[in-house]
Amino acid sequence: MAVKIYGNPVSPPTRNVIASLYEKGVEFELVVLDLLAGAHKKPEHLKLQPFGKIPVYQDGDITLFESRAITRYIATKYEGQGTPLYGKTPTEKALVEQWVEVESQNYSPVTSALNFQLFIKKLFTGEGPDEAAVAVEVPKLNAVLDIYEARLTESKYLAGDFFSLADLSHFANTEYFVKHSGKADLITSRPHVAAWWQDISSRPSWQKTIAYCSF
Amino acid sequence: MATASSHVPKVKLYGVPYSVCTSRVIMCLLEKQVGYDLQVVDIVKTQDHKKPEFLKLQPFGIIPVLQDKDFSVFESRAIIRYIARKHEGHGTPLYGTSEKDKAMVDQWLEVEAQNYNPAIAPAVWHLIHAPLFGQQGDPTVAKASIEKLEKVLDVYEGVLSQSKYLAGDFFSLADLSHLPFTQYLINDAKRGDIFDKRPHVKEWWKSISTRPTWIKHLSVAFPGKNFDSPGS
Repeated sequence: MAVKIYGNPVSPPTRNVIASLYEKGVEFELVVLDLLAGAHKKPEHLKLQPFGKIPVYQDGDITLFESRAITRYIATKYEGQGTPLYGKTPTEKALVEQWVEVESQNYSPVTSALNFQLFIKKLFTGEGPDEAAVAVEVPKLNAVLDIYEARLTESKYLAGDFFSLADLSHFANTEYFVKHSGKADLITSRPHVAAWWQDISSRPSWQKTIAYCSF
Repeated sequence: MATASSHVPKVKLYGVPYSVCTSRVIMCLLEKQVGYDLQVVDIVKTQDHKKPEFLKLQPFGIIPVLQDKDFSVFESRAIIRYIARKHEGHGTPLYGTSEKDKAMVDQWLEVEAQNYNPAIAPAVWHLIHAPLFGQQGDPTVAKASIEKLEKVLDVYEGVLSQSKYLAGDFFSLADLSHLPFTQYLINDAKRGDIFDKRPHVKEWWKSISTRPTWIKHLSVAFPGKNFDSPGS
């Protein structure tokens, strides 16, 4: 049965789910929800995702939401094919979980906030950034990236010397941050973080995701 | 009452029992009957979490950290996943019993992390904890946070009218993860009303907060403190 994703090509969590499917070589269909028209808040979608968010994943008889739950499910269900996104041992898996949580709790809240202030807001409202909000978030991101820089001197990827869900979870927010925030230097000025981003963003799965999601 | 299995080696847990994130892990260890030695990291007086020895274990300077022989892992929701998987064979099946159960548990644990936690954490900070750290709580922020939380609880009310717990009809990591912050909001900030006015949420809270493991943890983390029984 075909894998279906209900989402939108501009949405970071939708993009990360698509990337994980490319890593696993699993075909999918993207059902595009028109966010500007409020499709994600309509009853048909709320039946699938009661918080009114995207993406939603359907695979045979399972319907799942929350992108990090979806990518974990994909990593598990398709363990036998494609990239081993959870590593190969229980301790590798635990380290993957650790760095996914780091991304979820420390990295993405800050990068999402900065992306919103520095370019997303203007696209929708014409307004420029709230400089006070930016001034709060930049030091936070610098502190997190200092830790990433130290970590990535110890290993090639976040959870170890293997690409995993932990790195994948950083794809979409980092892409937007590097390409559109005007503060890419926070990434590029840190040699190990820069090399890590160059490496993971060159992966075919990410290149295919960008190509699929661009219009 | 759950007791530690003698054949399962003890783990070392760095943290403090009254911390939300440390509590999350302690509750998981109790449910899985895994013994642990608590290594106290004083986050208030001596600020141990900012010292070099601790930063070697956890570079973000945040508790807790779990050490299992020579393996070390941090982030409470990563730790509980590790423990639940490693000890699948005994204690409470916190990941359920099927692959579909596991997926639902991960989904609702993500819901807790992405929707519930950001709504409840500011309220608990501004109403209860800020003064402990020498800061002024802001009641306006607390109020806005509770409004967000009520919207999340409206969704939970619908979900819990269909199943006894969040991921299905079994207690899981997802329900467990809600205990620490909710306990603070209900017992210390006296906001049980927002749970009580939603009958299925009320029932769910009563069920999870009266588990013997949680009662045991509260008696250790807050010795001598009285807790209102849910529904009283």
